[in-house]
Amino acid sequence: MRQGQETLTGNRDREEKALAKARKEEPMNTRITIAGVEFKNPVMTASGTFGSGMEYSEFVDLNRLGAVVTKGVANVPWSGNPTPRIAEVYGGMLNAIGLQNPGIDVFCSRDIPFLEQFDTRIIVNVCGKTVEDYVEVVERLGDYASVSMLEINVSCPNVKEGAIAFGQKADALYHITEEIKKHAKQPIIMKLSPNVTDITEMARAAEAAGADALSLINTITGMKIDIHRRTFALANKTGGLSGPAIKPIAVRMVYQTAQAVKIPIIGMGGIATAEDAIEFLLAGACAVSIGAMNFVNPYTTEEVVAGIEAYMDRYGVEDINDLIGAVK
Amino acid sequence: MKQKVTAAVISQQEIAPGIFDMWIKTDLAAWAKPGQFLCVYPRDKSTLLPRPISICETDGEGKALRIVYRVAGKGTAEFSGYQAGDGIYILGNLGNGFPVEEAAGKKVFLIGGGIGVPPILQLAKALRENGSKQEEVQIIAGYRDRNLFLAQDFERYGSLYIATEDGSRGTRGNVMDAIAENGLTADVIFACGPMPMLRAVRRYAGEKAIPAYISLEEHMACGVGACLGCVVKTRDVDAHSHVNHARICTDGPVFEAQEVEI
Repeated sequence: MRQGQETLTGNRDREEKALAKARKEEPMNTRITIAGVEFKNPVMTASGTFGSGMEYSEFVDLNRLGAVVTKGVANVPWSGNPTPRIAEVYGGMLNAIGLQNPGIDVFCSRDIPFLEQFDTRIIVNVCGKTVEDYVEVVERLGDYASVSMLEINVSCPNVKEGAIAFGQKADALYHITEEIKKHAKQPIIMKLSPNVTDITEMARAAEAAGADALSLINTITGMKIDIHRRTFALANKTGGLSGPAIKPIAVRMVYQTAQAVKIPIIGMGGIATAEDAIEFLLAGACAVSIGAMNFVNPYTTEEVVAGIEAYMDRYGVEDINDLIGAVK
Repeated sequence: MKQKVTAAVISQQEIAPGIFDMWIKTDLAAWAKPGQFLCVYPRDKSTLLPRPISICETDGEGKALRIVYRVAGKGTAEFSGYQAGDGIYILGNLGNGFPVEEAAGKKVFLIGGGIGVPPILQLAKALRENGSKQEEVQIIAGYRDRNLFLAQDFERYGSLYIATEDGSRGTRGNVMDAIAENGLTADVIFACGPMPMLRAVRRYAGEKAIPAYISLEEHMACGVGACLGCVVKTRDVDAHSHVNHARICTDGPVFEAQEVEI
């Protein structure tokens, strides 16, 4: 009898808790913090797949996202690679855009004011051919309080100079991270390449040089050959592989990196659903980015936000931070 | 407003070997412009990316639209198996479409080649609705062989000239050969078809100093202007990209021929 009463009381407690939640008296916490910057939820956009949000604002409410991470911007306009720049492969895609961008002047006068209209964090992805190029962009962005963080692209596999040259050798990564850190007003995220023997070595180098956070993984270098035309599917010959095909590699690398460094990790690579996003959180990422799947379903980002909330509700997770790195 | 929707297939038939004609029930038809296209998504998740397919025509009531496409790979092979009542994932309406107003009161060439023929149909209808006379609308359609898909649909809207590669119908050769053989002239050109044809149209328009609006094609990922996958080289610095590249999916697919380098 006593036991039964306890059970009844327990049930009532749970019911009241659920009701309180429904009334938003005790809302679940989806807020996360990276380098002192608070995000309303851990869902972001992967650089290069979302422009500066303009095109996708027709489909998703940008106010619902933790952050918009912009397409990489350089100190001057870049034309990018010749076409074809896109090829489909099993369960994914290859791209070799080559970081086409309008340059920092246009970005500051057009893209930042556009994003400032929304209640979401702005993270600007920065690319360059030399350390000086990066520093120039980083310094310009220092004038914008609305830009919360900078993501430094040292891992694009599709440009010949700069970018990945800094991201595949630990000493080069250390050097550029240290230099950028000297000039950056905002906290910096170093975006790591998976095209290395040991990603934890790169992660440690970036951390030691003062990086505030890491994001991974960028695309994996791949190739497709058109057997009918007997040529490369991409004009650039190689391209970066993204999409669901790379997710297990990305989850593994996020897990390994989370074990190796103390700074926060933004995880990405083939995330299509909230379930995928939660895998990354459990592996040790404190935020996630949606990339190629925006192309397949333009509503993906908002659906992942809603799906994470549904998962938390289903399993009674009150604070999303309890999920981060929960699988050891 | 662009939307991704699950629409219902009304009907589908193979109208020439490997060429499929599908009517889809969707409200997107209400605002579809000639020369705009849809992104169609396979169900098979091993083929992730959308297939850009031009809108062939709409029903006039804004309730249904028609696509005519060639089976070129796994994605389009899947679409070709859809039956009436099946759902189809589409994103539309995409792109700028043809500038119909540029044809007002002028003699026009509407040139379609191969699987570039379908969007010319809605364009021909729109020109007639916009006041073009039957004899002003000169449709030149190029095919591989005697499978003249959609040819009978065109006869209502203009004068039709046919070219076939094998000479089995009309002029033996390509659309430019048909124009020469029939001694045709025009004040403005609209064209959709394979790149060699578009290059020939561009050259012809340059020589005659007349405007030509050509619809381009490229491998696409997002279809909405974000990924910068489907660009074309432009003569001038593009207003959006600030480099000499314009996005085919958003700034096109229709461009004035001399403004692009193809």
